Amino acid sequence: MTQPQAAPPAPEKPEQPGEPGRAARRLALPGGFGLPQSGFLAQARQGGIVYPFIVLFLVLTIWKGSLFADRTNLLEILDQQASYLIIAAAGTMVMIAGGIDLSVGATYALCQVIATKMAEGGNPVLAILVGVLIGVGVGAVNGVIATFFRINSLIATLAMSFVITGVASLVTNGNLIIAYSALGFAHFARTEFLDVTTAAWTMIGVVLIFGIVLSRTIAGRYMYAAGSNAEAARLAGVRVQWIKLVTFAISGGAAGLGGIIDASRVLSASSQNGGTALTFTVLAGIVVGGTSILGGSGAIWRTFMGVLFIAIIGNGFTLLAWNPLYEQITLGVILLLAVGGDAWSRLRTT
Amino acid sequence: MADSDQNLQGVHVELRDIGKSFGGTRALEGVSLTISRGSIHALVGENGAGKSTLGKIIAGALAPDDGQLLLAGEPVRFRSPRDAINAGVNLIAQELSIMGSLTVEQNVFLGVEPSQAGFQNRRELRRRYNELAASVGFELDGGGNAGTLRTADKQKVEILRALCRNAELIVMDEPTAALSRPDVDALHGVIRQLARNGTTVVLVSHFLGEVLELADEVTILRDGRLVQTVPAVGQTEESLMAAMLGRSLDATFPAKRPAAADARTVLSVRDLVAPGVNGVSFDLRAGEILGLAGLVGAGRTEVARAIYRANRVQSGSVTVSAGGRTDAHQVTVTGNPRTAMRAGIQMIPESRKDQGLLLGRPVRENVSLSTLAQVSRLGLVQPGPERRTVRAMLSRVDARGGGQSDPASALSGGNQQKLLFARSLLSDPTVLIADEPTRGVDVGAKRAIYELLTTLTADGLGILLISSDVEEILGLAHRVLVMRGGRVVTELAGENATEAAILGAAFGAVERP
Repeated sequence: MTQPQAAPPAPEKPEQPGEPGRAARRLALPGGFGLPQSGFLAQARQGGIVYPFIVLFLVLTIWKGSLFADRTNLLEILDQQASYLIIAAAGTMVMIAGGIDLSVGATYALCQVIATKMAEGGNPVLAILVGVLIGVGVGAVNGVIATFFRINSLIATLAMSFVITGVASLVTNGNLIIAYSALGFAHFARTEFLDVTTAAWTMIGVVLIFGIVLSRTIAGRYMYAAGSNAEAARLAGVRVQWIKLVTFAISGGAAGLGGIIDASRVLSASSQNGGTALTFTVLAGIVVGGTSILGGSGAIWRTFMGVLFIAIIGNGFTLLAWNPLYEQITLGVILLLAVGGDAWSRLRTT
Repeated sequence: MADSDQNLQGVHVELRDIGKSFGGTRALEGVSLTISRGSIHALVGENGAGKSTLGKIIAGALAPDDGQLLLAGEPVRFRSPRDAINAGVNLIAQELSIMGSLTVEQNVFLGVEPSQAGFQNRRELRRRYNELAASVGFELDGGGNAGTLRTADKQKVEILRALCRNAELIVMDEPTAALSRPDVDALHGVIRQLARNGTTVVLVSHFLGEVLELADEVTILRDGRLVQTVPAVGQTEESLMAAMLGRSLDATFPAKRPAAADARTVLSVRDLVAPGVNGVSFDLRAGEILGLAGLVGAGRTEVARAIYRANRVQSGSVTVSAGGRTDAHQVTVTGNPRTAMRAGIQMIPESRKDQGLLLGRPVRENVSLSTLAQVSRLGLVQPGPERRTVRAMLSRVDARGGGQSDPASALSGGNQQKLLFARSLLSDPTVLIADEPTRGVDVGAKRAIYELLTTLTADGLGILLISSDVEEILGLAHRVLVMRGGRVVTELAGENATEAAILGAAFGAVERP
């Protein structure tokens, strides 16, 4: 269970505007002493991913402690998930602002092949910068299509993902791009500092910045407002289209950075990397974390835990030597539970 | 119905003590009436008198909270529109439900298509359609695309649909509101013919002329209560309107503070043309509440949205005179509420749920949304200053019932409305537009909002108040503009501002625009 929600029986009708009943009663009581069922539900929704994450972590620690709760294993998970975490953190902003980005897998590949090609015999810093900027540009195009041309972002970014993959294949001519000689490029992801790779450090920095932007800045407030009620936000003076465009640009840049980190790790890149598998794993992490697919609510730390939750399940399957086919089934069921839990608690609280 | 012969000339519909509430608002109270078979029965009243609600209850689209609905003497309780249709009751709502991609005949027989082994029988469909259309004298091509029809013809499709389900009772909610004069005549002919053929028609209408022309009996509602049911013969528009007037008991208003005679003009609107607005001009002075009255659809909200640039403006100018200075600066026509806000205009929109609040977000974020820059440094929102600013404003508008971190959805309607006032006032506007600020709030909160509005005028704010509640307008506004058909038809002030004068202007003469 990802959403440990009780089945409250109370047959309360949904609240009508102007009906002081339930809200007033709950608000009249000090925090934590509200109606038991709504209190628990709210708490379960608030906590969301935290409890299943802790349970899974403890189970694996007890079961395969020596292998799982091992410093090297945990750091390796963090290192390997670096690109996913960066992309998912940016995707959280897109989703909170009321959009969805299905092109991150394609952007990941495009930026990684361009950066790798440039790094081979060129300046690695420049290669990385150009790669990320191309990602930002691709994201901005997504944003323009999804906002100013008013095409549903689901379709807009799906269509764009084909275009981007096509461009990436043109860049590579269908070949694997290899940059074994570009050792400077390898430093970008593989340097260790305090036993932690630079890939993981970069991830921590980026995720922290995204977290601050979303939770502390005016732009972050506008993202929540745009996704919560676009018309109300517009009437309150928020430039809804603009802020949504910014989230898509950030998402594109993050996809580019993720792709480059992974290319730097293996010093090779391909237009076939990333793709829909990456896109959907990232989306699964965001949704399992508890960010609403309808926009307006969620948080970066949730996504952080959601992505790692999925990663730990994968790690557990490996350590227990279980058939990896079941891993996919498990992931699917967890995703359904997460989305179902969100829809269900929405039904109950609004 | 088995006993229809026996009831052919008798009572078709009987309502006993019908009551209905929405949230805390009582929409209908103790309504009892009978409608005889084959008659045309009109429901009239002001905005919010409960006529549409009553129409929907008769049609089974809404279930009453109290009382009984009897059909041909049998108590019925419809669980769904489908139940009602099976009982021979049909509603033609204001918003038509035509499937634009289907043909006329497919629309008419939707759900009851003649079929063989699951396949549509097109020939049989055509035959039955032609038969049905001929029986009521409609000349409407059954094979044509329904989406491209004119509104009047769409109405016909709805009527045919009702008839093919053997409707014995058809409730029509404002069927002619969107029609031109010739189409209105055509539809009137249809309604008369329906009645001649024994179908009972309940007509909800704003147009008193139409009601007198068509109806056999008229039921007048006021504040959700039945005033009287009278034969239409012998009534005039004036007598109907007189019956619609009258004071309700719960409204008390704070004393008006007269705007200073030399108060400067803070908002001047000239020849404003926008969707639903056909050339509106007026001035608003500092410390004044200007009421905008009119029927639903008269263009009041559209004026507000055009001034606030929430809708595109085709032509005309809006000028705000900001600060204490004499120099006025133009609000640029950009279709952008941001610029209107910067110029000193704030609007509290018509629907707080759809256009005002971020229901799932905390109270604090809802209040500070428009003025985050005031409590931020380098783009970072400062939690301390934000909390203090919001707290001060919440206490000024007297919003209670929740902490700053509770979601806005947890508050009552009245307090939600106060959140919007708080948001607007934080930007220290020169002009405040309040569109239906007391809709769906209880009596206590209404009174609080009235007091707030009055207090704000003392601070020199100019307020444009839109309300469907005529008493509210009369109780608060210094001057009243009455709108009809996207135009200001009259301005009333002082002794001339009476409920009768406002309603007379709002309903207009017998002629339609």
